Amino acid sequence: MIAESSLREPLVTGGKTVHDVTVDISSRVEDKPSKTWLLAMAVSLATLTVGAFAVASLLWEGIGMWGLNKTVGWAWDITNFVWWVGIGHAGTLISAILLLFRQRWRMSINRAAEAMTIFAVICAAMFPVLHMGRPWLGFYWALPLPNTFGSLWVNFNSPLLWDVFAISTYFSVSLVFWYIGLIPDFATIRDRATNKVSAAIYGVLSFGWDGAAKTWSHYETVALVLAGLATPLVLSVHTIVSFDFATSVIPGWHTTIFPPYFVAGAIFSGFAMVLTLLLITRKVYKLEDYITIQHIELMNIVIIITGSIVGIAYITEFFIAWYSGVEAEQYAFINRATGPYWWAYWSMMTCNVISPQLFWFKRIRTNLAATFVLSIIVNIGMWFERFVIIVTSLHRDFLPSSWAMFYPSWADVGVYLFTFGLFFTAFFLFAKFFPVINMAEVKSIIKATGEKK
Amino acid sequence: MKQTKKYWKGLEQLDNNADFQERANKEFPDYLPIGNEDGEPSRRDFLKLMGFGIAAVSLAACETPVKKAIPYVKKPETVDPTTPNYYASSYISGNDYCSVLVKTREGRPIKLEGNKLSSISGGGTTPQVEASVLSLYDQERLKAPQIDGKEVSWETLDSEVSSQLAAVSGLTIISNSIASPSTQATINKMVEKFGAKHVSYDQVSFSGMLDAYEAMTGSRMMPQHDFSKAKTIVSFGADFLGTWPNRTGINKQFAATRKLGKDKQDMSRLYAFESNLSLTGSNADYRLPIKPSQEGLYVANLYNAIASKIGGEQVKVAKLHDDAVLNKAASDLMKSKGESLVVSGSNDVNVQKLVIAINKLLGSYGSTIDATKSINLRKGSDSEFENFVKGLNSGSVGGVIFYNCNPVYDHPLGDQIAAGIGKAKFSLSTSDRKDETSSLVKYMAPDNHYLESWNDFEPVSGYFSLSQPSIRNIFDTRQVQQSFINWSGESVSYYDFIKSNWEAKLYAVADSTAFMSFSAFWDKAVHDGVFEIPTMEDQPEIVVDLSGVSSGIGRKYKVDAQGLELVLYQNNSVADGTQANNPWLQEMPDPITKATWDNYLTVSPKQVDEWGIKIGDMSTQKVKLTANGVTLDIPVLPQPGQAYGTVGLAIGYGRTVSGKVANGVGVNAYQFAGSEGGVVDFTVTNVTAEPTGEEYRIAQTQTHETYMGRETVIQEAVLKEYQKDNQAGRSFPKIATAEGYKKPYAVSLWQGHEYPNHHWGMMIDLNSCTGCGSCTVACQTENNIPVVGKAEVLNRREMHWIRIDRYYSHSEEVESLSGLAKIKAMEKASENPEVTFQPMMCQQCNNAPCETVCPVAATTHSSEGLNQMAYNRCIGTRYCANNCPYKVRRFNWFKYHDNEQFDTNLAMNNDLGKMVLNPDVTVRARGVMEKCTFCVQRVQAGKLEAKKDGRRPKDGEVVSACASSCPSDAIVFGDMKDPESRISQLLQIQVGEKSVESKEPRAYHVLEELRVMPNIWYLTKIRNKDQESKTDKAHA
Repeated sequence: MIAESSLREPLVTGGKTVHDVTVDISSRVEDKPSKTWLLAMAVSLATLTVGAFAVASLLWEGIGMWGLNKTVGWAWDITNFVWWVGIGHAGTLISAILLLFRQRWRMSINRAAEAMTIFAVICAAMFPVLHMGRPWLGFYWALPLPNTFGSLWVNFNSPLLWDVFAISTYFSVSLVFWYIGLIPDFATIRDRATNKVSAAIYGVLSFGWDGAAKTWSHYETVALVLAGLATPLVLSVHTIVSFDFATSVIPGWHTTIFPPYFVAGAIFSGFAMVLTLLLITRKVYKLEDYITIQHIELMNIVIIITGSIVGIAYITEFFIAWYSGVEAEQYAFINRATGPYWWAYWSMMTCNVISPQLFWFKRIRTNLAATFVLSIIVNIGMWFERFVIIVTSLHRDFLPSSWAMFYPSWADVGVYLFTFGLFFTAFFLFAKFFPVINMAEVKSIIKATGEKK
Repeated sequence: MKQTKKYWKGLEQLDNNADFQERANKEFPDYLPIGNEDGEPSRRDFLKLMGFGIAAVSLAACETPVKKAIPYVKKPETVDPTTPNYYASSYISGNDYCSVLVKTREGRPIKLEGNKLSSISGGGTTPQVEASVLSLYDQERLKAPQIDGKEVSWETLDSEVSSQLAAVSGLTIISNSIASPSTQATINKMVEKFGAKHVSYDQVSFSGMLDAYEAMTGSRMMPQHDFSKAKTIVSFGADFLGTWPNRTGINKQFAATRKLGKDKQDMSRLYAFESNLSLTGSNADYRLPIKPSQEGLYVANLYNAIASKIGGEQVKVAKLHDDAVLNKAASDLMKSKGESLVVSGSNDVNVQKLVIAINKLLGSYGSTIDATKSINLRKGSDSEFENFVKGLNSGSVGGVIFYNCNPVYDHPLGDQIAAGIGKAKFSLSTSDRKDETSSLVKYMAPDNHYLESWNDFEPVSGYFSLSQPSIRNIFDTRQVQQSFINWSGESVSYYDFIKSNWEAKLYAVADSTAFMSFSAFWDKAVHDGVFEIPTMEDQPEIVVDLSGVSSGIGRKYKVDAQGLELVLYQNNSVADGTQANNPWLQEMPDPITKATWDNYLTVSPKQVDEWGIKIGDMSTQKVKLTANGVTLDIPVLPQPGQAYGTVGLAIGYGRTVSGKVANGVGVNAYQFAGSEGGVVDFTVTNVTAEPTGEEYRIAQTQTHETYMGRETVIQEAVLKEYQKDNQAGRSFPKIATAEGYKKPYAVSLWQGHEYPNHHWGMMIDLNSCTGCGSCTVACQTENNIPVVGKAEVLNRREMHWIRIDRYYSHSEEVESLSGLAKIKAMEKASENPEVTFQPMMCQQCNNAPCETVCPVAATTHSSEGLNQMAYNRCIGTRYCANNCPYKVRRFNWFKYHDNEQFDTNLAMNNDLGKMVLNPDVTVRARGVMEKCTFCVQRVQAGKLEAKKDGRRPKDGEVVSACASSCPSDAIVFGDMKDPESRISQLLQIQVGEKSVESKEPRAYHVLEELRVMPNIWYLTKIRNKDQESKTDKAHA
């Protein structure tokens, strides 16, 4: 089928045959849930329940449950929102852009990465709704729906409205892209099903896939078209999210560098999150032959690059603040590094700029434990990046009389936990009931002969 | 037989056949289409019946709430729904007075405005005046007279009290100073009838000044001061702007001397020598922190300095180490001789004698002081009061009536009074509530609220005013004056009593040509609320006798006394504590410390460091303070400008029996005051304080002290520079463009707005704003702004739409620093800072950053320049508040109305309290944003009024609540499209097609470089100093 170069390292190791692939992946779905999975699921559900209590009290009592105040109107809510949206970038980037660039190493990781994207975007979308004072009205008033209020219409000048469009478009396209990719694999599971229930369910999920050549041809065309559609979205979503800040007048927000800097940061955090999740999945599901050190190394390289872009952006902001001669802007940046939230700034710098530089060492970027730790550190750093941008810019802006501190309340933590619970519950459900690796695609990159080494 | 007419429904009834009869008895006489042709009910019928049944049952289950709207049987001619009525009246609380207009809606007083016709109070208000309308609707007022805590009828009370009064000997009536001639007359009736004694006292005693005048002029009085005539004012601890009687009038007079413009290029100079940083001190051009133990020496040395030049006997006292500022003050006083004024807040008669002597040398009498007119608001005598307390405890006072006063709480001898009340056979209080004193007496005869009362006043001799009821008694209360009349055995009503007094005394001397009859005179007086017949007399002779002064000063004052000293002060929010149960006052930030809901020790930062107290973000520690034998744990607040070696503590807090708002807030400072030798002394020496390490949080609305040298926020200069260049202190930011530097307003992405009809604007003069805070409470009253309580202020969520930003100048060390160290140093206030007050509210930007970011267009721009908020469209993303450079938007974090968690928000959490709400303004729901609206309801009302008359609104018809309340006329509101309006004149407005420009050299926009183009102009702060202080230069 494919002529293999003898020089190129195989993308799937262990001399897997086509049948091995089917068995390795499908059996995860078909087996009884393991104890580890049940335990992980229990923890996720517990987190979700605790978080749901925080969400309920927020909705019942009001936004005052959070630690926000007259000066700092957004803090953990929008920090979490941007953080989750950022995480949600890796999946589509891996699937769409790497597909267009014909990077075949993506094939064994794109499924999980896309699933992660979907769940991260769902988590992200919680915050724009929850952070509203009146979500019961806001969730539909923020949409340009025809109404009986006369000429009442949304404000197309508002970046928040752009967010609504950007996020919903991104979510829909990602979801369709992900689902289309799942169809042939669902069909495989359907065909292997031994009981009627799973045959019926996977039968429905696979949309009557028949494996005909024409169907495969349609499938690949759709995948390419969707990849083409999704690619600009990868860049646009975080660009638009960054407009929330860039179009404002607040020093530290009003910055033209934000769009590229946010996109780089999003890819940075997204790849880190993919790594965190894949390293666990790989271990638990024994997928070492599919997700190889080479994958991990390549992803780590992406992390160094994007991490360095972000680092340059941080330095550029300081330069521009000095160069602009704007008093409030200069103070905003000095305050970031030396003010009361200096620890947040330096956590961000350490986690995002300094620690990823360790990946220049091949020994570190090919070390699983180091990669795992650093991938988590990167996401801590990226959370602080958003916290620094939002809170330290707001807490000391133009009029010193209004300068104030922000202290998170238990509800801030609780609602964040809620999204964690939601994310992991969804991800574990996915890992159990959906094929975590794209069998159909992976089969195309294993040696046709399937010799065992 | 009589034929009765018969009517038929139809021919069927006339026929009355069998078929008809059968059907007539059925509920549904017509054939109900149930069943198909076979008579069997079909599926459709079943569904029809089910549907009907469910709908009928569920409709029947809905209970319509019963709302009683009872129309007038006879509608009063002037009461029209939605149309406010205004009645002239007079505010009185304790010994505080202000002439007011009461705004009533549908019979409910909802707002107080200053009475512009009064030349005494001058048309402004104080925070206490503004807030007093809420006290009317306080549920915790007494609802009926009580005997031994049980409610009784007035008849029962009257008969018991009358028989008791007849039997008792040594009756004493205790009150605060009485400024009402008719009230005094009713008291006199009691005094005559029962051989009683009337003793008055003041919470903040002026006994020293009164006694000094008694010694030198023969009459015990406080003369009328006229600050508007003064070019040099020297104050020794006298907070005349913050606490003096009739401070609305004084603020107006003082501000008049601070205004600058085309025709007035000179202003007064104020020196302040004081321990605490008071409102007056923060408005001073030169301020020297001194210890109270030095105060007498400062006054005496000033006297000597002046006497040595002008001529007069010297007083032998110790010389001061550092008298540079004092000598400067002396030379300025002499330069402006005849236009000088020296005042002191000391209660030491020797100090006051020296002050009189200085003023006499300076020729102040007849110019800045009018000794022919006495201020009747402070008449209390400390020594008489002390005798009363002695008598109470020795048993010689057989009966006591507390007339609207609460000495157990607000007098240093409170403990002894509490112990003594039981010894009197008869004890009665007229307090409106159970308070510290009235809870100890046997009889309670609750007085009306002043808004329910007829009364008259003579706050300054020759200047009369009336109080008229603007609502019927809410509870079963009775005016004290009526009670006094009844108990003295007369039957006249107090209203008739006042009228006859006025007819006898005032109508007789009124200009007889002006009035047809007494009733015309009376109607005019009631309508205007004031009647003024200033007497034209010669100044009384002041016989300066300083014998004994030098020894008195020498004994009491030391040049450098060691040891900590305590200075009690009255702040501008809760004031003397009479209205402590008013949440609007409790939540009003103190003008200086910006703290709410507390009192605390104001301590110099140096002292705080020495005590090793770590100050965090609103977190502090308590110290154990011992003074005059009383020990309490009190939190510490570092106060720049506080004299090192002194601590300050506000009175008015620490109420124990007052109501749910006031009880337990802070500590009672009155008990620390000294009262030796018949003199209440608010300064206490030999105080000890030791840190306890106990953590405490003080809720401040502003925690950052300096303006970080940001010239786009505060623009200031000194007078000399201003006189050279009227634009002195102005900052002109420039924006870099491809064509070079441009003014911010020359660069724009926007099209601009057209203002076809009106363009409302505001001017705020930083020079005349004294920082008093009336506007904050006026706005709260007018706009139904919720009170959120201490916990939420600690969360930085107070809701005030207008705040007064208070900035200190930064520390002197900044000059020698650079870079990061300089920025860090700028954050710290100077030890003795210059203070700037900047009222800050929605700037009604013409290019508003909030408007563009709202996703649902809930905040928009009006065609009259207002930035409008549509509350019911708001979904609460808070993006607008984040993007507001002035941080003036306020979010409803919780539901503040009808919510037990916010039960101190009296105006929204009980039915009685809700009567104070302004029906023209929505009470905002949880989760929506709110902010200053430029009082859009007033704008709208003014326009409608004009429209009815077919004309344009006249200038002054539409005034925002803040501008209307401002006692110093620092805020001017008006239509900038009207070239004749005051604002257009003052700002020299030039109207372009889509913009307005001000040609006034001092006018600037805060944050001009953002080119949001506000509709509020600020006028630069000008200080009357010889040179700019070093700290100002440093940031340039």
